[in-house]
Amino acid sequence: MKNKIFVTISFVLFVFCFAVFYVGLQKPNTYTPKLDKQIELPNFEGNDFFSGEKVISDNILKKNSYYIINIWASWCIPCRAEHSFLMALNNKNFNLLGINYKDNIINAQSFLNELGNPYSEILSDKNGVTSIELGAYGVPETFIVNKEKKIIKKIIGPIDNKKFNEILELIK
Amino acid sequence: MKKLIFFITFFIFLSNNYLLAVDKPTELENKIFKNLRCLICQGQSIYDSQSDFAESMKIVVRKNLSNGMSEKDIYQFMRKNYGEWVLYNPEINKGTYLLWGLPIILFIIGGAIIIRKLGVFKK
Amino acid sequence: MTFNFIGNYSVIISLFLSFAIFFRTIFRLKNLNELIKIDLKKLIFFQFFFILVSFICLLILFINSEFSNITVYYNSHTTKPFFYKVSGLWGNHEGSLLLWLLILTFINFLYFSRSYNRPTKERLLTVIFQQIIIFGFTAFLIFTSNPFNEIFPSPKEGLGLNPILQDPLLAIHPPILYLGYVSTSIIFSSGLSSLVMGNVNSNWAFHIKKWILCSWIFLTGGILLGSIWAYYELGWGGFWFWDPVENISLMPWISLTALLHCVLVLEKRSSLGSWSIILCISTFTLSVCGTFLVRSGILNSVHTFANDPERGLYILIFLFFIIFLSLVLYFFYEDKLNFSNKSFGLITKESHILINNWFLMYFLSVILIGTIYPIFLEVISNQRISVGPPFFNKLIIPFLIPFLIFMSLGPNLGWLSSKKIEKKIILLTFFIINLFLSFFILKIIGKVKLLTLLLLAANFYLFFTTVKDFLKKGYKNFSQTVSHFGFSLLILSIILNAIFSKEIIANLKVGEGLSFENNQIIFKKIETSSGPNFEKIVGVFIIKDKKKIDTKFMPEVRIYNQPEVITSEAFIKTSIFKDRFLVINPVKDKTYFNVRYQEKPLMVWIWISTILIMIGGCINFLRNEK
Repeated sequence: MKNKIFVTISFVLFVFCFAVFYVGLQKPNTYTPKLDKQIELPNFEGNDFFSGEKVISDNILKKNSYYIINIWASWCIPCRAEHSFLMALNNKNFNLLGINYKDNIINAQSFLNELGNPYSEILSDKNGVTSIELGAYGVPETFIVNKEKKIIKKIIGPIDNKKFNEILELIK
Repeated sequence: MKKLIFFITFFIFLSNNYLLAVDKPTELENKIFKNLRCLICQGQSIYDSQSDFAESMKIVVRKNLSNGMSEKDIYQFMRKNYGEWVLYNPEINKGTYLLWGLPIILFIIGGAIIIRKLGVFKK
Repeated sequence: MTFNFIGNYSVIISLFLSFAIFFRTIFRLKNLNELIKIDLKKLIFFQFFFILVSFICLLILFINSEFSNITVYYNSHTTKPFFYKVSGLWGNHEGSLLLWLLILTFINFLYFSRSYNRPTKERLLTVIFQQIIIFGFTAFLIFTSNPFNEIFPSPKEGLGLNPILQDPLLAIHPPILYLGYVSTSIIFSSGLSSLVMGNVNSNWAFHIKKWILCSWIFLTGGILLGSIWAYYELGWGGFWFWDPVENISLMPWISLTALLHCVLVLEKRSSLGSWSIILCISTFTLSVCGTFLVRSGILNSVHTFANDPERGLYILIFLFFIIFLSLVLYFFYEDKLNFSNKSFGLITKESHILINNWFLMYFLSVILIGTIYPIFLEVISNQRISVGPPFFNKLIIPFLIPFLIFMSLGPNLGWLSSKKIEKKIILLTFFIINLFLSFFILKIIGKVKLLTLLLLAANFYLFFTTVKDFLKKGYKNFSQTVSHFGFSLLILSIILNAIFSKEIIANLKVGEGLSFENNQIIFKKIETSSGPNFEKIVGVFIIKDKKKIDTKFMPEVRIYNQPEVITSEAFIKTSIFKDRFLVINPVKDKTYFNVRYQEKPLMVWIWISTILIMIGGCINFLRNEK
């Protein structure tokens, strides 16, 4: 009797482990931070791209408006590709905040001169601190912040057609 | 006052060859670095990793420490930003009760079997 | 071209031979009175031979840099030194699997030709189980990871081997480690067949002990090599990171160590039989499980192979087939293992071994759970966590204390059980003396912590008891004394290393310097030169220690051309008391270098003590010690 219980437990465990490993195999093994619920936009600070003055997030974020925060750099090739989407977002009813990630000011400026400046404000993030305070993973990355200053979406990687439409959907 | 400024600049000038402001990480900083997992080279802690991201993360940890955050606050902060995954030392919560408890439970079960086998309570 | 062809078909022939041997053996089992001699042995030899042929083919392809072969194309390059062209063979998934198979068939052949003294039926059964394993891996090689695939048109140049694998130690690490892993398969097959036959007894224990020792020695060696490599190449002064891949090699090792102790009892007293069989099964299962975890890419580690879910699925099914088979056999034949049910008594050899096993199993479960728990949690609740060094340290270190104490008491059981009270008192006072000793050591450094204190004391206890044992008993039980002494030395070095390690990290440019604990570190200059397939930047440092003695340190940064990767080569000055370790990394704007200088006391003793542990095993292997 006791033996039977033991056998049953072993086989249940056996099947369970197999199932878990089987499902586990289908999942990606690299980790990308996912946003499973809305989280409050953390405080962050950086330097103004043009004047170089120190800026604190509380002071520049206006109340009651949508924000899109985009992290970019002139050396990042996908950023070039997504730039046209950002330009197209430019005249909608929200603010586009750019964060210039570990970049050379001159290169960054010529990048903007060449492709246009969609941002209503740009912070420069020389040593990557601002991005980490924001909870960003790399470049390019885009956050969508609602009127209550909650991050409602994180887009890791460049914006494409599909994601562009998602953004428009979200900030209607 | 002017003399003092002169003195300081002179001193800095002197020490320029040697001992340039070295930011030597403290023990606490190292402990925190070792406990944070780097998101870029995912098998390493930011202490071991040399990636750009890890370097920035170190700066943030340092900055937060000097802003008066405690070790725990920093872990909370990183967890909020990047998820539980960044911490090498998993917190005890609903998801990790078994992780911490199971080895101990197995140890106790093993002990019970051995005690029976050894016949401690038998004559 | 031709070699590709030959190699490919030899593996296929070997797969068919696997069938042939399997059915031949079953036929033999039915007609036992026929003599099994020539033909089966021949078949088994040819199986090994054909794998060897295909291995040599791949080797030639690598040496000749024939990039029409896809494995060579991905992992070799014409400018690579000869040595690394060879080791490139097993620096990748397909090639390493072929090496694995080569060792597996070789060991199988070795077993068959060295086991004439075993009952025929047991041998045949073992061959059957072995063939199931060989068939599984051969099919795996052919269907999911064939090293002989071709590309057309053939490329002019290969992609090169990952530079961090271009290292002498890492080149010999896989063969040694695989020898250890693969010989556990014999332990598994032999264990199962003796279970089926119902002859798990001291005779069998004596026979299998050789295999256990052999596999244990190689596994220890493999782990040691990997660890030394990690120390100077990967990590910044660390030698064990609790990385999943390291854990995977440690788990079969622990299981094997437990088995080794069990088998000693089985050999002498014919008890612990069923437990030994469970350990036989778990050791091999853990080895295959390791293969699964590393090669499927289910885990996230610094050193996994390129991952492919299809392969993962294949090994998963294979792994669970093996577990299933052993479970069924175990439950079916368990009654045959009926050893006397009487209890062992408190102070006996058996009880001591059981307690040793109890702790080893606990360490094993901590490592196993810590390694695979994240997978379970992710699948069940979609929550992703990391389990790292703090977890393992917290759960393992406190339990090391009683483990060490039991380890020192074990060989002195005669003293414990003796009627004379003085002997017990001697053992106790001895421990108290050690407690004081460690207290004073820690007091001098000013780092008195209860945990470290107890750990150090327990460790000194083991250290001195083994020395005492050696002096008193001499060469009786010599292998045990050596291994246990090695273990205490290992733990001692690790503790002292952890306590006394010092480091400084700074960004420096040429001409700058810094002072560190009475040392002056001066960055003199940088020199550039080129190696066979890399350019290197050598930083020349002078370190003045407190006696004003200058030592030159020359860490390197290497820029490999194919593939283009930058690696840092640490410069290590090893002495008996401490290692001095300097490594540089270029910082983004190139004028500054990130400099890490570490002093790691007793580093070399960590390696020496592990070698001692191995030597203990070798002595036992050679001396036929009981």
